[in-house]
Amino acid sequence: MDQQTLLAVASIVTAGLTISIGSIGPALGEGRALAQALAAIAQQPDEANTITRTLFVGLAMVESTAIYCFVVAMILLFANPYMNS
Amino acid sequence: MSEIQISPDEPLWQWGPVLVNRTLVFTWIVMLVLTIVSWILTRRLQTVPSQQTDQDDPNAQPACRKSSLLSGAQNLLEVMVSGLRTQIREISEDDPDPFLGFVGTIFLFLATANLLAIVPGFQVPTASLSTSAALATCVFVAVPMYGIRRKGFFDYLKQYRQPSIFMLPFNIIGELSRTLALAVRLYGNMMSGTVIAAILLGFVPLFVPVLMQLFGLLTGMIQAYIFSVLAMVYIASATRVQN
Repeated sequence: MDQQTLLAVASIVTAGLTISIGSIGPALGEGRALAQALAAIAQQPDEANTITRTLFVGLAMVESTAIYCFVVAMILLFANPYMNS
Repeated sequence: MSEIQISPDEPLWQWGPVLVNRTLVFTWIVMLVLTIVSWILTRRLQTVPSQQTDQDDPNAQPACRKSSLLSGAQNLLEVMVSGLRTQIREISEDDPDPFLGFVGTIFLFLATANLLAIVPGFQVPTASLSTSAALATCVFVAVPMYGIRRKGFFDYLKQYRQPSIFMLPFNIIGELSRTLALAVRLYGNMMSGTVIAAILLGFVPLFVPVLMQLFGLLTGMIQAYIFSVLAMVYIASATRVQN
């Protein structure tokens, strides 16, 4: 195996690891946030507007960590700066 | 698989040093759509419901009732503007007028750009890092501008050494990293929609890409909302006067 092949193997394995490990945390966090928001809406239906707005903003901020991992995985797969092909 | 592009920034047309890529073309299309639609809709605005028929004639009653309503275009515009104003007022707890131009423009541009993704052949300009980085830079510049206009130059700079002078580097890093996060969040969300649709086309070409496209519309709308809400939150935290 020459160096390019090794690099490709390492990139693909790392991309898989990045997206799989990187989505564990946001998934747990989003689940918790959603459950809490549903409980809050069930307790106070009048505040549903505020809760929903804050929930969406919060979910987007939690989700952005997963999005960073996705971007890194995509860069490793399709725009790898060390691969000259 | 190698034909998947994660950036629509391929050069489309080149003439000497002038280089036009897809992102540029579709951004201009979105701008044209916004300008033309708002020009058409705002040509006949009215502050009072018009009643041009005379009241004495009882036969003119239905026509009079009909013409005394606001036009549909104006109703649509009023719903949008008042919705934006309510959201801004709830976030900033302040008069929404100074922020409406900036935040409203960002929201309308992003919403139009992301919703036009259903048009076949349209490539979403926000799926390019250039567009989202440019918008995030606008927010990065606008936050101190609003802060300085509200509080004055030195009072604005003073908030960087809150709560103590040792927090100064962290405040500056926070300012930079949230700009980066703003750009990469929008870019990643929009780009992931395109890439996932392209990958799914490879092995389930029937129905599933359509569902993902529908989901992409929802994501695009939420991202437009979140981008403008976060811009407003940043501006509000810079302009809030501590009592």
